[in-house]
Amino acid sequence: MSVSAAERQIPEPMAPVPWRILDVRREVADGEVFTWRLRPESGAAPEARPGQFNMLYLFGVGEVAISVSAMDGDGSLVHTIRAVGSVTRTMQGLRAGDVVGVRGPFGSAWPVEAAEGRDLVLAAGGIGLAPLRPVIHAVLARREAFGRVLICYGARSPRDLIFRDELAQWQARADLDVRVTVDRGTADWKGDVGVVTQLIDRGGFDGRNALAMVCGPEVMMRFSALSLHRRGVVPERTFVSMERCMRCALGFCGHCQIGPHFVCRDGPVFPYPVMEPAFRVHEL
Amino acid sequence: MNELLEILKGQHFFEGLREADLRLLAAGASLRTFRADETLFREHEEADAFYLIRSGRVALESRLPGRRAEVFMTLGHGEVLGWSWLMPPYRWHYSARALEETHTVHFDAPALHACMDRDPVLGYALYQRFAALIVQRLQAARLQAMDIYGGGDVGLGG
Repeated sequence: MSVSAAERQIPEPMAPVPWRILDVRREVADGEVFTWRLRPESGAAPEARPGQFNMLYLFGVGEVAISVSAMDGDGSLVHTIRAVGSVTRTMQGLRAGDVVGVRGPFGSAWPVEAAEGRDLVLAAGGIGLAPLRPVIHAVLARREAFGRVLICYGARSPRDLIFRDELAQWQARADLDVRVTVDRGTADWKGDVGVVTQLIDRGGFDGRNALAMVCGPEVMMRFSALSLHRRGVVPERTFVSMERCMRCALGFCGHCQIGPHFVCRDGPVFPYPVMEPAFRVHEL
Repeated sequence: MNELLEILKGQHFFEGLREADLRLLAAGASLRTFRADETLFREHEEADAFYLIRSGRVALESRLPGRRAEVFMTLGHGEVLGWSWLMPPYRWHYSARALEETHTVHFDAPALHACMDRDPVLGYALYQRFAALIVQRLQAARLQAMDIYGGGDVGLGG
């Protein structure tokens, strides 16, 4: 699954290329989560696979790893960003027409092809829905190739739900089972309340023949894997996407290392059994 | 009776129970439907049943003085609702309200208590399942209390 930058023939993988922000979309009311559609100043965006990430560089401020949240096939790439650190908070102030540096795409991809012929369970927590969105797009493009498709999405509160319009479209489809829950409801919230693992516990898929992809906070991924296992999904067919502070994105610097694994090069998508031991180590 | 038996056989919660146990459970069960907003049970009332939700959704809520009822969990298809019938004081700790038309299987607790007293194998099998359910819900409640989406590790998004 992992394809190195050299194998992908990124000519200068350490050199950011200028990309222009085509449009900005606020995902939540306060704009803390926002989506950029980006395109290189010259040429089209390189091909990316679901689960991969780019290094987005804000000149003079810093660089962050951000997953691709959609590939529109029009030469642009889409990234969904949460303003949580100094770089991403500064990015929050950028507008359409501004230019940022981009390196990538890097890293391993979700095993979409391996899910063909199987039931597919996608479990997302918070902004973890963003790296899974290209999987949903890929599945919908070839819906007949997959069995039942279950999307379980959990967020802190109704106001923290992202991709609301698309969520509504997915929920309206008869060939997707989309379950959304929030940890804390509000007076006008009519949906589910509780953690995302409970949505998995409700079943509705053939665990023995299912493949699962999980993305969110590590504790959520750990408990989701437990719920999936209870429902018969073997750990070897459960995949998680890891997040670590990345610097080079090429497996050189070691900033993102987890044991023998470089998250930037070997991940961010890993089979659960590869990462499970790391979940048991404090402070790792 | 046969319809109920077939329903129970298809449920994850009852997997592994003996055929005779399922028949006994089915004998003390009935199908019940609740309209949207109808109450299944209220906190402090006698806990004399548990439910298997066949379709629809149920909100578990608690009413605090001067505040609206706080929904802290919703349950849906295939989930089991209610364990207060298992242990003293046999009172519901929370209220349960249907959020939409909800079809359930209702299990009569006093009848079940008597069966479990007579047949410890059945009693043990049911306690095992309810213990697992309670642990699962406890883990979920802890995750909920942790505010896990508040931190920075959220999937290569920032």
